[in-house]
Amino acid sequence: MNAVLLSPRVLRSLLPAVSLVALLAAIFYLQPRAMSYLGLNLLLNLALPIAFATIAQMCVITVNDLDLGIGTFVGLVACIGATWLRDTPLLGVAALLACVAGYAALGALIHLRNLPAIVVTLGMSFVWLGLALLVLPTPGGKVPDWIRAVMTFKTPGVPFAIYASVALAAIVHVGLMRSAYGVVLRGAGGNPRSVARAGWSLLRTKVTMYALAGVFGVLSGLSLIGLTTSADANIALRYTLLSIAGVILGGGEFVGGRVSPVGAVIGAATLTLAGSFLSFLRISPDWQIGAQGAILIVVLALRVLINRLGTRR
Amino acid sequence: MQQTSKRVLAIAMGVAAAAVAGVAQADTSDSRIALSNNYAGNSWRQAMLRSWEKVGSAAVADGVVAAADAFTTAENQVTEQAAQIQNLILQGYDAIVINAASPDALNGAVQEACDAGITVVSFDGIVTAPCAWRIAVDFKQMGKDEVLYLADRMPQGGNLLEIRGLAGVFVDDEISAGIHEGAAENPQFTVVGSVHGDWAQDVSQKAVAGILPSLPQIDAVVTQGGDGYGAAQAFRAAGRSTPLIVMGNRHDELTWWKEQKDETGYETMSVSIAPGVSTLALWVAQQVLDGQDVPKDLVVPFLRIDQDNLEENLANTEPGGVANVEYTLDDAKAVIAEAM
Repeated sequence: MNAVLLSPRVLRSLLPAVSLVALLAAIFYLQPRAMSYLGLNLLLNLALPIAFATIAQMCVITVNDLDLGIGTFVGLVACIGATWLRDTPLLGVAALLACVAGYAALGALIHLRNLPAIVVTLGMSFVWLGLALLVLPTPGGKVPDWIRAVMTFKTPGVPFAIYASVALAAIVHVGLMRSAYGVVLRGAGGNPRSVARAGWSLLRTKVTMYALAGVFGVLSGLSLIGLTTSADANIALRYTLLSIAGVILGGGEFVGGRVSPVGAVIGAATLTLAGSFLSFLRISPDWQIGAQGAILIVVLALRVLINRLGTRR
Repeated sequence: MQQTSKRVLAIAMGVAAAAVAGVAQADTSDSRIALSNNYAGNSWRQAMLRSWEKVGSAAVADGVVAAADAFTTAENQVTEQAAQIQNLILQGYDAIVINAASPDALNGAVQEACDAGITVVSFDGIVTAPCAWRIAVDFKQMGKDEVLYLADRMPQGGNLLEIRGLAGVFVDDEISAGIHEGAAENPQFTVVGSVHGDWAQDVSQKAVAGILPSLPQIDAVVTQGGDGYGAAQAFRAAGRSTPLIVMGNRHDELTWWKEQKDETGYETMSVSIAPGVSTLALWVAQQVLDGQDVPKDLVVPFLRIDQDNLEENLANTEPGGVANVEYTLDDAKAVIAEAM
């Protein structure tokens, strides 16, 4: 029993959760007021859009690519959500579907032309930003009331953001880690050749994962404006790097196929809390980015340590 | 003996100061005020933070408020500042003063703060949430004031050269609209040329040098700040007589003006927004907490420098900086009374 608990594999998958709990404990110690419904809500509600963006990023990382355009894509969705989706819902829904289709097409393009995903998505990030500025040239717009109602819904017990995050993690976990096609999707990132030899279409897996990334990107943008109430083309520029950090913090790796949906959601929450933690510590903003990086490095160093422990046995 | 009398005087002054503080000490002595700032990367913002620090710590020492802490986000991003505001709510501040990264996209966090019973005062970069107070800058009036000053100085009128700011920024549009409105009301003035100087002396100098050969005699240059010195250099390089150039409170502009004044009796005026407007917001927040009736929309007074107070303002301006003024509680009360 003890040996099972201490095996590197279990330790590794526990690491994201342990980091989150440690950070949460430190925050409660520093700021006891956070230990309430309102407190948890204020701490974690902005983690939900980041969690969606992180899952979107994870979909792309699963097929061994990297998406450098997710931040501006979320910004575009936010702009569409705060304008067309409210004023002309049909046009809004059509535009959001087109966004998802665009992402799927991106996956097809990258696969068929064998292009480096980093370059394509980086290029697309400027396209998304440009489109967002066309939709909403100056910050403003207003979120549709139903999105605002969903995001500010007072759930019993713990805030909505926690329910939503748990549900998100569970659904993606079942879909990607437990279902048969999920194995193929992950395999397409980890060992594309054997998956192709087994008769699966790599094009289809890439398109599926990019389309899913688009779907989660849309959810991220809509949940974000549900919190902010209006949009700004530059609203989510930080999400690109935050989402990558979230995936890696949550136990994912850049090699493709090795991802953890539960870990990614926890990673997103950890990153959000890290910012609050540093602000409660009253660390000067000049040092905050560095300190945030330091937290990342500590967690990743722990992971390497655990890995080494495993190889030694 | 003298030593003793000095000490007595010091004690007496201390008592007097305490008494004065006692008057201001209403209901806000337990109140904590936080500044949420989105950017600190230029001299204006640095001066803004220093003013806050200076006036805030004095207010704390006098017991007017319990705390006046400044927080700047690590990156100039909306989501960062929204999270920061939510953290400040958790930290139990009674009022949050905001210089916002976005006029609209922080409204969710601002609403959370209002719902938690926190007073929110925004300035410079204002927020549009209806529950927040706004201390806005009337940039249009600033542009118009320049032309009104010129109408006063040269009743016969003349040709104007306009130096604009950064294209596409609303501040630039507003100031320019004010200038053109002023020129329309005073038809003796004609704007014969307009260039973008991006609020930077080097860009302005190049832009003015580029357009000058095609222009008739220029009688005055209307500017937006950060461009007057560059314009003066361009006129000199072109061998033209220096027109009346409206300045923008930058140290290099004031220095140049002082030199010209000493040499030739050159006369002009200078106008801009003082970074110390953060302290005005601090006092407005204090007044709201004090239970005073404060209108939601207030207007920042301009810091205008004229011929007779040039030396004084220049002495108070750091090299490379902008002329600054820290506001007092009475200034805030005056601004509030004006908006009533």
